[in-house]
Amino acid sequence: MSKQKNNLKNEIKASLENKFLRQSMDNFAVAYREGQKKTFSGIDKEALVNDISSIKGASISAVTDLYNTFKANARKKGVKVHYAGTADDANRIIAGIAREKGCKIIVKSKSMTSEETHLNTFLGNNGLEVTETDLGEWIIQLRREGPSHMVMPAIHLSRYQVADLFGDVTQKSFDPENIEKLVKVARKELKEKFFQADMGITGANFLLADTGTAGIVTNEGNARLTSTLPDTHVILTGIDKILPGLKQALAILKVLPKNATGQAITSYVTWITGQGESSGSKKDKKDIHIVILDNGRSKVASDPIFSEALKCVRCGACANVCPVYRMVGGHTMGHVYIGAIGLILTFLFHGKKNAKKLIGNCIGCGACKDICAASIDLPEVIRHTSRKLSKEEDTPISGKFLSYILKDRKTFHKLLKLAKFAQKPFSGSNGFLRHLPLMFTPEHNFKSLPAIAKKPFREIWKQEQYTLENPKLNIAIFAGCLQDFVYPEHLLSFLKVLKENNIQAYFPFEQSCCGLPLRMTDNMDAAQKVAQDNVAAFGDREYDSIVTLCASCTLHLKDGYINICEGSGNMDSQKVKAFAGRITSSSVFINEYVKIKKTHNNESITFHTPCHLKGLEKGLACAKHILKSTGADIIIADEENTCCGFGGSYSTKHPEISATILDRKIEDFVKTGADIIATECPGCLLQLRGGIDKKNLNMKVRHISELLE
Amino acid sequence: MGKDNSLLDLFRINAESVSAKVSRISTISDAFDYTTALASKNKATENIIAAPGFTDSQLDELRHKIPKASIIQTGLSSYSKGIRLSITHAEFGIAETGTLVINSREVDKRLATMIPDVHVAVLSESDIVETADDLIPELSKILSESTGYLAFVTGASRTADIERVLVVGVHGPLELHILIQKDV
Repeated sequence: MSKQKNNLKNEIKASLENKFLRQSMDNFAVAYREGQKKTFSGIDKEALVNDISSIKGASISAVTDLYNTFKANARKKGVKVHYAGTADDANRIIAGIAREKGCKIIVKSKSMTSEETHLNTFLGNNGLEVTETDLGEWIIQLRREGPSHMVMPAIHLSRYQVADLFGDVTQKSFDPENIEKLVKVARKELKEKFFQADMGITGANFLLADTGTAGIVTNEGNARLTSTLPDTHVILTGIDKILPGLKQALAILKVLPKNATGQAITSYVTWITGQGESSGSKKDKKDIHIVILDNGRSKVASDPIFSEALKCVRCGACANVCPVYRMVGGHTMGHVYIGAIGLILTFLFHGKKNAKKLIGNCIGCGACKDICAASIDLPEVIRHTSRKLSKEEDTPISGKFLSYILKDRKTFHKLLKLAKFAQKPFSGSNGFLRHLPLMFTPEHNFKSLPAIAKKPFREIWKQEQYTLENPKLNIAIFAGCLQDFVYPEHLLSFLKVLKENNIQAYFPFEQSCCGLPLRMTDNMDAAQKVAQDNVAAFGDREYDSIVTLCASCTLHLKDGYINICEGSGNMDSQKVKAFAGRITSSSVFINEYVKIKKTHNNESITFHTPCHLKGLEKGLACAKHILKSTGADIIIADEENTCCGFGGSYSTKHPEISATILDRKIEDFVKTGADIIATECPGCLLQLRGGIDKKNLNMKVRHISELLE
Repeated sequence: MGKDNSLLDLFRINAESVSAKVSRISTISDAFDYTTALASKNKATENIIAAPGFTDSQLDELRHKIPKASIIQTGLSSYSKGIRLSITHAEFGIAETGTLVINSREVDKRLATMIPDVHVAVLSESDIVETADDLIPELSKILSESTGYLAFVTGASRTADIERVLVVGVHGPLELHILIQKDV
């Protein structure tokens, strides 16, 4: 294992062992979820988010024009506008302004862009004294650390650490329990700085092209003092922050604070136009500079996929909901930029080396995509980033091997049958198992395999198949590897119900793995080949539906195949669309065509939402409706929608994180006191059952289909 | 009147939810009485009170009410230790978020909303609108001027940077009082 990988492993381990961090991240995740939901109650968030997505999209496409308009309008009003091609340019420009104006003492308010350019280090090396005035930023500056969250930079620290730090700074001692008093220390210490400083540096959330205005969104009020008291004010921000005008900025403002901290609006939103008055006796001394950082942004603006990342409004919500961030914090799940967007921006702004270290952190659950203020398809852009990074090297051997086996169904299935004999007797004590196709990767130790069923579904089918005389529907079953070879009982329960409801089932034999693991590991050629084979396998007749009991397979067969087909010249898009159109998740199908019996009148059931079910229209509502119809008492778990930590190959790549996410998940299920955890994804089921089994708990984990009989 | 009242209520509820104190007044004299009471409560009757943007006769009235205080309108930037109390006008109110819109092109008015411990803002009832979008024409006009410093102020200054515990008054005012003046 490379040194870099080892370092990352150690970092992850240290983060997971940091008890305070874990607890505080966990409290935050829960509080954020509730606060965010509350501020959006009664508001059509989707409409607002779509609005932002189109505003940012249009602005990014017109970035050069907007820049020129902004520059012209700001200059007319006496503001000096500087274009910085690189991070280094930005730092040099700002140091140059300080030199020219004879500035020595600088106060700064929060700016992620200045973190991006490592401005403070640069200015410090040039003999300038820089003080961060945002409380969190000041704390981490005193500790010589980077931020661990884009909005709350010191979230990784406890009150005790802050009290000790302030004690060192002021040579006094402070009661850590009195946080108000600690805040007062900052108020007092920093107030003097504002008055002494001769330069103030702020960021900006918006630049308005039509009036040459900079908009700054803050809570503490330090940006207002920073921009008012010193005679020289420098604004450093990215070129992606330019908008046509106020209307567009107000649209973003409707979501940004709500998504960031659950506030309807921040305490202060400041709009600065033109040179303005100086605070000193000479009112015309004020000097305003706007340094607009490109650092690769305008090049990215024309990239069809990476340009999505420029829509980001830096609310930080993608970190707030990320199950991995919740476990390890921002110093592990980020470089300068943090969370899901951080994985992408690190690649764009901070080099491949740093990006490689981070990119594997993503579990692919999609929680970030659902919360994003600008509707960025973050998991997809992360996958794209990962592809870019892996293109630099040969495909890892595991990937090659995987694509070799999966490309040919017969080889794959033969290997699966062999695995049945290779496995040790299943003891039931092994908690962490792997997604089937991935068990063929060389890193995998066959001894820890889940029990492969004695007979795969495809063999059982030979005895169980039936012919109805006058069926109400004719459907085909897409089994998916995990249910075909490990959990055939899910499919058998389903078959029984189909028969009872006069539905004819077919099982096209040439079907194979859906190919999702190939797509997730960037083996796009193999993913296409598998997709083609599966479409052909189901081409023998026009089924009313093709039903799958796996949420991941459903999502991939439905949406993934259409995406794959669009990117390939040799797939028949009509056929793929017809195939994808027939794919139905088991709960949607059951809900519509099956009479559900009261099978669980005296039991209580809680539900685990598979991440891949969230993307399926109606899927979630149908699953819930089925559970209710069984007569069971439904108990909603607080963490119902949180990822279980499986993530396909993720649990083998990051077993420590996967295990910690699972622990938290199980803790939450235990709290419900339910008899049964129901879900609709065999991958989640495998993970949850493994965890429950390992802890010797008395809960059952069941696939929805198993609850019908 | 019904609609106006509901707008007013909405403004009050939202401003109070972020710890602003909202009262209704009829005249500017009421605002000065309120400020006087606040100065006594904060033991600031002999301190500096900033009141930029009021007319000479209004200032005389305030000086008369708090005779021992030093009422100032300019030169706020020389008070690096801070100021106890200030009173300013606010140009608009946004009911949806309980926000004040303060046009503070002049540095002294700006600082009067930033450095005091307690800030009192006087807002006309008729200047309250429902959403920020309703103000786009007025705000665009202000932004199109050659210089400007326009502020949306919602509640007191706040931070949650230490263990996410919400504390008000980190850099800006610790208290925000909003006096809504009835239309004549």
